[in-house]
Amino acid sequence: MLKDITLGQYMPGNSVVHRLDPRTKIILTTVYIAMIFLVSSPVWYVVPLLYVTLAARVAGLSFRQMLKSVKPLRVLLILTFVLNLFFSGGTTVWVRWGILAVTREGVLLAVHFSMRLIFLVLGTSILTLTTSPVALSDGIEILLRPLRVVHFPAHELAMMMTIALRFIPTLIEETDKIMKAQQARGADFESGNLIARAKAMVPLLVPLFVSAFRRAGELAMAMEARCYHGGEGRTRLRILRFTREDAQASAVSLLALAVVIAGRALL
Amino acid sequence: MPIQVEHLTHTYLPGSPFSATAIHDITLTIEDGEFVGILGHTGSGKTTLVQHLNGLLKPTEGRVVIDGKDITRKGVSLLDVRRQVGLVFQYPEYQLFEETVAKDVAFGPKNMGLSKPEIDERVRWAIGQVGLEYEAVAECSPFELSGGQMRRVAIAGVLAMRPKTLILDEPTAGLDPRGRRSILGMISRLHAENHMTVLMVSHNMDDIASLATRLVVMSKGELIMTGVPREVFRQREILRAVGLGVPQGAELCHRLREAGYPVPEGLYTLSEARDAILRLAGRAVPDAETAAPRASETDPGVASSGTGAASAKAGEPAAAGPSADAPPAGDAPRAPETDPAGQPPAPDAPLSPAAPGKEANA
Repeated sequence: MLKDITLGQYMPGNSVVHRLDPRTKIILTTVYIAMIFLVSSPVWYVVPLLYVTLAARVAGLSFRQMLKSVKPLRVLLILTFVLNLFFSGGTTVWVRWGILAVTREGVLLAVHFSMRLIFLVLGTSILTLTTSPVALSDGIEILLRPLRVVHFPAHELAMMMTIALRFIPTLIEETDKIMKAQQARGADFESGNLIARAKAMVPLLVPLFVSAFRRAGELAMAMEARCYHGGEGRTRLRILRFTREDAQASAVSLLALAVVIAGRALL
Repeated sequence: MPIQVEHLTHTYLPGSPFSATAIHDITLTIEDGEFVGILGHTGSGKTTLVQHLNGLLKPTEGRVVIDGKDITRKGVSLLDVRRQVGLVFQYPEYQLFEETVAKDVAFGPKNMGLSKPEIDERVRWAIGQVGLEYEAVAECSPFELSGGQMRRVAIAGVLAMRPKTLILDEPTAGLDPRGRRSILGMISRLHAENHMTVLMVSHNMDDIASLATRLVVMSKGELIMTGVPREVFRQREILRAVGLGVPQGAELCHRLREAGYPVPEGLYTLSEARDAILRLAGRAVPDAETAAPRASETDPGVASSGTGAASAKAGEPAAAGPSADAPPAGDAPRAPETDPAGQPPAPDAPLSPAAPGKEANA
C-alpha cells in the first residue's frame, strides 16, 4: 500500500520527454504553471488539457498513472469546490437551501479553482514522473548557480535534496518492513478512532526515527570517507546539454502559453 | 496445525514498470513439529513466501491454508492467524520501540487483549526462553543492550504471543559466532522442548544443516527442491548452480572424494565428516585414537579451504605409519599411494606454510 505513492515517483522510460534536459523541464514546468494561472475562464483549460495530454502521450504515461497523482488531493479538491460553490456570492441564483445558495458565479469559480488545482498537479507530476530525482536536483543546482554570487548555497541545497529524495524509497521500504513486523506482533494500524490510530503510530515511528538517524550517521561517515567537502571543484557524471528536442519542446510550450494569453486578451 | 501453501504466486506492483514476480506457483505443506529450513540465494523469494504465512502479504494467486482454514480469504481474523504463526523478521532488533524491554516484549500479548497477570507471566517466560535474565534486563531500555541481546528481546516479543509455529527470517544475519551459536541453540530448544513448528529462512548452510528436519530450496521465486537434509545436500551441483553451497562437512567430504579418498556419500555434518576421516585414517594408522582426534578438532576451519589440509594433518602421523602398518586394510595400497605420494604436495603447497605456522603460534 505504501509503495503505491506516485507523487514524485519516477517512472523510467526513454521518450522525448524523459530525454529532455532537466533544466528545460524545470523551466517549462514554470512556464506551464504561469500558463495555468493566466487561464481566465474554465473554457480555456482546454489548452493545458491538450498540453498535458500531449506530454503524457509522448512520455508514455497512462491515464491511470496521471490520475493517481491527483488522488492525494481529493480532500483539498472537494473542500475547494464546496467552499467556492457556496461562498462566492454572485447574483444569478440557481438553487437555494436556506442560507446556502448556489449561484452561477459560484459554480464557475468552483470549477475554475478545482481545474486549476488539478492541472497544476497533473503538469508538475509529468516533470517528476519523467525526471529521475538525481537529474532533477542536478538541474536545480545548475539553475540556482547564478545565485552563488549572493552566497546562496546552491550545491549544498541540491545535495540535500538529492539525499532526501534518494532516501524516500528507502524510508518507505523501512516503514513497510517495520509496519509488517509490528503487525506480526498484532499491531493494528487500520482501525480504531483517531486517538487509537495516533497511538498505534508510536511503534512505527520510534524505530523509524532510530533507523533514520542511524542511516544519516552512516551516510555522513561514508561521504567523509570519500573526502566529500562540498561542491568546490566537483565534476559531474552527467553533463547537461541543450539539444534540438529541448528547443522543440520549448516552442510547443511557448505556443500554448501564447494561446492562453491570447484567449485572455480576447475574452 | 499443518500449513498448506497452494500454488502461491506473488507479484509486487502489478501493472507498473516495476512489476516483479517474487514467487511463482509455490506448493508446500508444513506439518506439525517439523523444523523446516528454507534455503535460497538473496532475492529468491524466501522472505516473500514467509510473509504470506501469517497474512502480511496477500497472494496474487493461490492460497494459504492453516489448520484447514484459508487465511487468504476476506474476513479472516488476521490477529488470530498471527497468534498462531509468529514471524520474526530479519534484523528484528530494528522493530524495538518501547522504553523498557519488558514493555516491548509485552506489546504482542497486549495486542491480543490478554489480562495483566497473563501478560506479565508471558513476558517473564519469553525473556527466559531467549536466554536473558528477566531481573537484569526487564527495566532496561532496549536501546542500551548489545546487538545480540536486542535481537533476543525482539524474538522474545514474538514468542510472548505463544505461537504454535515460529518463523524466523535469517535469525543469525550479522551476528558474531557466539551470538549465532546462542541464537541457534535457543531456536533448537524451542523446537525440541516446546514442540514448536519452526521455519527458518537462511542462506547459511551450516546453520540449517545442524537443525532442520526438512529443507526447502528456492531459486528465482520457484521451489526447486525439498527433502531431508541428507538428500538435499547430496545435490551439491544443483545447490551451487543456484548460488548456494553445501555445509562444510559435505564440502569437505566431497573434496576428499574428488582427491581420491574413499569417503562415503551423503555425509554433511562436521562430526560425520570427522568420523569418516577418522575411519580413513584409522585404517592406515591403528593408533589413530590418540593422534586423529586432535587433527579433526583443528581441522574444520582449514578443511573447507583445501583438500590437502585434512590429509596433511591426518597424514602427519601416517607418514611414519605406512612403512610399519600399511598391509592390513584391503584398500591400503590405494591410501598410501594418494597420501604421501605426489598427490598431496600439489594442492598442499599453498597451505603447508600456513599450517605449521598456525601450530607454531598456538
